[in-house]
Amino acid sequence: MSFIKSKFQHPRLPVNDLGLTYRDYEGALSTLCAGCGHDALTSAIIQACHELSIQPHRVAKISGIGCSSKAPNYFLNKAHGFNSVHGRMPSVATGANLANQDLLYLAMSGDGDSASIGFGQFAHVVRRQLNMVYMVANNGVYGLTKGQLAATADKGVKNKAGDLSLFNDIDLCVMALQLGASFVARSFSGDKQQLVPLLKAAMSHKGFAFIDIISPCVTFNNHAGSTRSYDYVHDHVTTGAVADFVPVKTEITSSAESGECEDICLHDGSIMRIQKLNEEYDSTNASQAILDIEKNRQEGKILTGLFYLEPTASDFHEVNDTNTTPLNKLNQDALCPGNRVLAGINDSFR
Amino acid sequence: MTNNTVNSDLTLQEAVQENPMINEFVVRFANTNGTGSASANNMFAKAILRMGIPVSAKNIFPSNIQGMPTWYEVRISEKNHLGRRGGKSEMIVAMNAQSLNDDIESVKTGGYLLYDSSRALSDSQIRADINYLGMPISNICLKEYSDPRQRQLFKNVIYVGALAALLSMDFTLLKGLVRDQFKGKEKLITPNVYALELGYQYANEHFICPLAIKVESRDLVNNRILVDGNTATGLGAVFGGATVTGWYPITPSTSVIEKFASYCHRLRIDPASGKKNYAIVQVEDELAAIGVAIGAGWNGARAFTATSGPGVSLMTEFLGLAYFTEIPFVLVNVQRSGPSTGMPTRTQQSDVLACAYASHGDTKQVLLFPESPSECFEFGSQAFDIADQLQTPVIIMSDLDLGMNDHLTEEFSWQDDKAYQKGKVLSAEQLDEVEVFGRYLDVDDDGICYRTLPGTHPDKGAYFNRGTSRNHFAGYTEKSADYVDNMDRLTKKFINAINFLPEPEIKQGKKTAQLGLILFGTTSHPIAEAVEQLKEQGLVADCLRIKAFPFHHSIEQFIEEHSVNNKQVFVIEQNRDAQMKSLLVNELQIDPNKLASILNFDGLPVTSHFIVQSVLAQLAANQENKKTG
Repeated sequence: MSFIKSKFQHPRLPVNDLGLTYRDYEGALSTLCAGCGHDALTSAIIQACHELSIQPHRVAKISGIGCSSKAPNYFLNKAHGFNSVHGRMPSVATGANLANQDLLYLAMSGDGDSASIGFGQFAHVVRRQLNMVYMVANNGVYGLTKGQLAATADKGVKNKAGDLSLFNDIDLCVMALQLGASFVARSFSGDKQQLVPLLKAAMSHKGFAFIDIISPCVTFNNHAGSTRSYDYVHDHVTTGAVADFVPVKTEITSSAESGECEDICLHDGSIMRIQKLNEEYDSTNASQAILDIEKNRQEGKILTGLFYLEPTASDFHEVNDTNTTPLNKLNQDALCPGNRVLAGINDSFR
Repeated sequence: MTNNTVNSDLTLQEAVQENPMINEFVVRFANTNGTGSASANNMFAKAILRMGIPVSAKNIFPSNIQGMPTWYEVRISEKNHLGRRGGKSEMIVAMNAQSLNDDIESVKTGGYLLYDSSRALSDSQIRADINYLGMPISNICLKEYSDPRQRQLFKNVIYVGALAALLSMDFTLLKGLVRDQFKGKEKLITPNVYALELGYQYANEHFICPLAIKVESRDLVNNRILVDGNTATGLGAVFGGATVTGWYPITPSTSVIEKFASYCHRLRIDPASGKKNYAIVQVEDELAAIGVAIGAGWNGARAFTATSGPGVSLMTEFLGLAYFTEIPFVLVNVQRSGPSTGMPTRTQQSDVLACAYASHGDTKQVLLFPESPSECFEFGSQAFDIADQLQTPVIIMSDLDLGMNDHLTEEFSWQDDKAYQKGKVLSAEQLDEVEVFGRYLDVDDDGICYRTLPGTHPDKGAYFNRGTSRNHFAGYTEKSADYVDNMDRLTKKFINAINFLPEPEIKQGKKTAQLGLILFGTTSHPIAEAVEQLKEQGLVADCLRIKAFPFHHSIEQFIEEHSVNNKQVFVIEQNRDAQMKSLLVNELQIDPNKLASILNFDGLPVTSHFIVQSVLAQLAANQENKKTG
């Protein structure tokens, strides 16, 4: 059920450049379990969109099937949403984006949706360089079907029912890096400080942005022995750099005092400010990122943060050389060659 | 005559010569695939067309790139009998040693075998009742050309040159055709014309030309054009305003997209910016192909994809989503022989049920059945209007024969003043005027609700599109009453769809005939000939051609009228299981005993011969049953 939320709000809620409060970015009341990581993610998305002053109706929310894919119903009520079929969100997002390149595509998927049934679609949408934000709410478990292991569950862990994860796990960030995503990050739904700037940067990035969000399942994967429980993730999470997001209008002051900061200018003029914690960290080197992820994994740590960013990457429409007018806005005159042209075509078949 | 002609029994040929067959015969080419024969054979067919004589061409090819037998059957018929006739051919051009024995068998008594006599025939390959025209084509090529590829390619052109002499074709016209065909590649014109002349001269010097079968110029083609259905469908999509395509290659549908792409490249570049007014993406599989079409349809662009049987199987989950969430797009299904991989390069109409009820749950899909390239163009554009107006997928049910073979068809026509029908899509201004917006509110009581596109209005019209049960306002619900209400509305919409679809074509005399023939798609090609032959047997037949599903009420009426008083209705189909009959019985609540089936499912287009024989045999069996019963 999607309950209708109370319209009551504090009269002095902060407004953004559009005069909207964060409540204008909310969705229906969540029906996920109390304490679900996805709800924290939803709230981070609402915050990011509000702070970026995104027009809610210029967003298209697309998802597959699963707990994660229900989440778009819980943010941005004023945006159209498309809850498609299991594992096939990437193709629907592709079609939608091809039809209208002017919207912001926020796509929500889960580990089952992206790493199992939709693994092929995931791989290919990365290849296509679609301009979208692809979020995976990753909890290592199938929630809606009550606790089966997902392909992202670490090999050797047990689910709540005691079933052992027998096979090698899939790291979607490594896949995204290998397949050429121009923005790759991992975060934790319990760490808004890290997640919100990453979401903002992903939304400001032009090209394919992938964020794997570890989002614990309180009901089926929060037990001792799980490597996706709140406690385990809290204790094992690490990062190579702290990323902060500086919006377009902000005057850039010198960062000389920190010395360690690196500013990356995004497509829309906003800045991703990176503060390195690790000497070897390099946001421009995808291979290095893969090595870092693997190295930390072997040490039992979960590496998070911005892994890779190529701010000048081209997107599908640049590659395709599509008209900048969205295809769904073209009228009949632009589309139909008409009878005179047809007469010539008929002659070619005589 | 020549030393290459094995059969010196000229009396046979002389006998036929006294009664020449002009413009009414079949030439069948037996080739090896991958040798470039198809384009030479096509040139032959087109030359006949340019002489003003009706012609059809069927490429019977293997699922292979190089080295397997392939046939090309050209029917020349000034009576306009352009479906397959059946039986043996008047002329076989035998260029493939692998299939030579079978090819010799397939020459009609009194007919001709043009073969490569570089290698002598064995005694067992000699039939006394046919004429052998031996021409040492390989030896000629060996002498004339040094490049192995040229030796291969020009073989084909040489036999076309020989046919020009043998069949009395207009040779000047044929040479002109070569010039047209290689426009832009002028270097190729001279060697091709030279090869034609080699064959032409050889035949004139060694055979008595023309043969008893020959062509004479006529003026019978009129405005018709010779083109394949896939080209027509792809072009139709351009005219219909399609802008987004996701696709995955599969025979026999691939050329729909390839032609769409090449016409877009020519006709859809924005004059101001030089950029594309379309986006075509070759995706990872058919699931993604249909997903792209649905995503674009949801977002208000006209989108389509094309596939064949195995692709349809993969797409069925998405077809259910689009039916249930009411998203318009067009799916072109160029049917081939199933089940499974089946005979992937042979034709059938065996996806009727799979498409009509595609997807789990109570699902029904709108189908269109084009019979000709002209209708592929018409439906290929019109389908987008229908899909947009009904807010549902429309499946164009073509087949391999229609899609990949050249057919003589009415020229494509388009009315410039006909505006695209985009259906019930609310603009921001309209949304402002609407008091309450509900995506699934049946405001007009026709089962078709108003939809909105993403990004339209800051505050109104947004909804969460979902494959789950929903109420009038697109909110998730598990209330039985809401679910039933929605399903009933979808039924209402589906019945209403009949008003948007082309009506059946009925050919009927003043008095109801004793036979009623129900056809759809390519089943109609041999029907005029079959009806003529049945008439010669004293059997008058009325015909009804189904163009769309859901069925128009006139179909029911036709069946009723032709199933009383000892009359008989036949449903002619190209599948094993009488799928169209099942659909008629199921949807129109018809007594199955009222419909007899004629089922051709050998992978080749149904012939007039087969239809006539089947009708006669079944009527005889009915008589027998009555006597014994």
